[in-house]
Amino acid sequence: MSDDRIKKFEERQKELHALSDEELKERFWQLCNQVVDPIVDLARTHTSPSIERSVLLRMGIDSITAHGVVDRVREAGLLGKGAGHVVLKVAQKTGKDIRGAASAILEDKDILNGLF
Amino acid sequence: MTQQEHLDPNKKLDIEHILENLENYHPRRKGWTWREVPPEGVDMGPFHYRNMSRPLKNSIGLPASKYFDHIDPQPSCVVTTEIASGRFEDDIRRMRMAAWHGADHLMVIRTTGQSHIDGLMEGTPEGVGGVPITRKQIRASRKACDLIEDEVGRPINFHSYVSGVAGPEVAVLFAEEGINGAHQDPQYNVLYRNVNMYRSFVDAAEAKKVMNGARIFQIDGAHNANATAKAGWLVMPELMVQHGINCAFSVAVGMSKDLIGLSTVPPDAPPAPKLWYDLPYAVALRDFFSDFKMRAQQNTRYIEADIEEAIRTHTIDTLISMLTSADIQSTITPDEGRNVPWHYNNIRGVQTVKQTWAALDGIKELVELKKDGPMAEMVRDLKERAVAFLEEVIATGGYFAAVEQGFFVDSAKYPERNGDGIVRDGKGGVGVDTIVPRDPDYFAPVCDHFGNNHIPAGLIKPCDAIDGCTLCKPEKIVYIDELDPEDSCNKRLEETYPYRKGGKIKPEAEWAGDGIILTQFFVPLPEDYARVYGIEMAKKLGLVDPEVVNLQVMHPAEGCFIEVKGKVGFDIDLSTLKVPEKEIILDEDVLREAVKKIGLKVVAATVGEDEHSVGLREILDIKHGGIEKYGVKYHYLGTSVPVSKLVDAAIETGSHAILISTIISHNDIHKAQMKKLADLCVERGIRENIILIAGGTQVNRDMAKETGLDATFGRGTKGIHVVDAMVKILQSRGVL
Repeated sequence: MSDDRIKKFEERQKELHALSDEELKERFWQLCNQVVDPIVDLARTHTSPSIERSVLLRMGIDSITAHGVVDRVREAGLLGKGAGHVVLKVAQKTGKDIRGAASAILEDKDILNGLF
Repeated sequence: MTQQEHLDPNKKLDIEHILENLENYHPRRKGWTWREVPPEGVDMGPFHYRNMSRPLKNSIGLPASKYFDHIDPQPSCVVTTEIASGRFEDDIRRMRMAAWHGADHLMVIRTTGQSHIDGLMEGTPEGVGGVPITRKQIRASRKACDLIEDEVGRPINFHSYVSGVAGPEVAVLFAEEGINGAHQDPQYNVLYRNVNMYRSFVDAAEAKKVMNGARIFQIDGAHNANATAKAGWLVMPELMVQHGINCAFSVAVGMSKDLIGLSTVPPDAPPAPKLWYDLPYAVALRDFFSDFKMRAQQNTRYIEADIEEAIRTHTIDTLISMLTSADIQSTITPDEGRNVPWHYNNIRGVQTVKQTWAALDGIKELVELKKDGPMAEMVRDLKERAVAFLEEVIATGGYFAAVEQGFFVDSAKYPERNGDGIVRDGKGGVGVDTIVPRDPDYFAPVCDHFGNNHIPAGLIKPCDAIDGCTLCKPEKIVYIDELDPEDSCNKRLEETYPYRKGGKIKPEAEWAGDGIILTQFFVPLPEDYARVYGIEMAKKLGLVDPEVVNLQVMHPAEGCFIEVKGKVGFDIDLSTLKVPEKEIILDEDVLREAVKKIGLKVVAATVGEDEHSVGLREILDIKHGGIEKYGVKYHYLGTSVPVSKLVDAAIETGSHAILISTIISHNDIHKAQMKKLADLCVERGIRENIILIAGGTQVNRDMAKETGLDATFGRGTKGIHVVDAMVKILQSRGVL
């Protein structure tokens, strides 16, 4: 296995030898982009508890409440909607402001039912 | 509310004042600032500099600057110091000291374990090996930085870390609070913090987008590979790959290239042939990454107890930066290997850069790196290996597959493998299985959000849905003061009050009132005995908790150099310290008038078998601001002049004073010469009519009395001091 790898490397090196410095640099960046492309797609299409908490922070919700709200939203299986989206929906439904809606999510277990 | 609006260089930073009204503080600017570097160079004192930035309003130069009109040239690059006392209230005092010595990138290390805390911390609890990064800590520190940057006259970049499992939240916190720079590298989380790889990259995209919005400069974490790998000098192709992945990922998620920096360390330390390995690597890196910024870090991998050894290695690191390039030159505190860095060692790190940079100013106009021979071969070889590494990553199935197969931080030179690389499992790590797919109607009603976002029709920007997010309306930010009043800065400040404001004095290394001191000495014992002796001696000196922090064998039998730290167990009350009154120098015009009135004349020479002439010439010559400048006429008789010859000359010329310089002090020969002068003048009957003055590097002001002279001067004396003394003596004798 290891011998194969070394052999493969030698083949690659031989090919790379033929490239100019500029071409080698281009190849480096083309490969870097190729490596990160699928990861960028993963990031574009997924979210995480920390991302959602960071959204709530930006909505003017304190860090402790944001933590609790994201836990609730996650338990309710709604993280894929966006925690900020959920808070906004609750605000619209209850007539509360954003902070009031966030507190309501912590206080009322049923508030998330049938939201979407 | 008495806010400290401007700092007074003669007053300490008032921490209690900084903590006042923090709930209403907002940063006055956001984003990174580079130094102002005039393209035409900078003129300072007698010199023209080619690679310097604008000087500071207030600063402290290198010790030798007093010989060069006190100039303090500031390198063109931003200079970093890392501060990690564990208490932000002590950090900010150290920041001020570091800024005065030329640091403008103040990096605050996080407390151990913060990267695994799933969420933000609040308040000001005490940290270990760093501070808990919280809104209050950042606000207070940034507010202090505002005051400090006004005091020194240059913007300060305040920096911390956006990593761990709370990266996006930390990034938002930093954006809101005006943090200027941050480490962000998802690979670091995966490899060194065992954060789940998918979570780490998904979070990183959001964090980078937020950082970009606030123009926070990003530094990657690739250099950790050569701090971790057993043979740092072999992992260079991989380092290029790690830098490449973070750069490409950052650009792909929307980060501007001018905000992306590579954290790069010359991987070796002597006795390794450092330049041979490190210089081609530095060149290769700068070729491939020409669109990005270089944050050159000093080597920390091989530093242990010896501070001087660390500083010498760091000097070579800085040389490599100057031979290639550095946008930011980071410094490592030279005591990092033996303890949590101490206040004054931050300064020493900064001085290493400042001294090297000044010494090598213009180096690129004088020397050029070779573009052929072994340099070109090694540069090309590194690049090819890096590209082949990437090809193998792709052939293996991509980045995540490569990490699972231990591609990274293997200590062999690629493509060789030692099998000691860090292996992480996609189905494991902190935060595993926590990312979820976004639904088609996913919505985040805030700015600087990365990825799919289903913004309702009719909105111009996403935060219109909530009438503005905190990035647009800072007044919406919620400030939490403290969660645990018992573990807070208020509690600690009460304890340290006596040492900050209460007139009690103790030395300190990390924290106010810690009492830590260091003793250095040679002891004529072999190593094992020397260690034990060091502790015993420190105990007898009264030091608490003594510890040997460094020991160098000078000879296996003859003895050792040893450094022992310990704590001073007592306070000294400031009111008991009697500082001798400073001699008040007469006004220059008064001196000139007096000199003119009497026609002041002196004879001067270096006496004994002593060939030193520089010091005395500086006291005499007009061009050095010597006594001639004030109208004094002098006869200079030269060096190695017998005292009797001087006395004869004084009588012949009708001089008012005899000035002798005596540098050699072996067996107190300097004092003997001084006494001889006094005795001879008594013998010749002229003592009452003549002024006798001596000076030299080993002479001090108290020696006049001891030797029978009128005045004696040591280091740092200027001509004006000597004229002042002569005029005052003449006044007291009633001659003037």
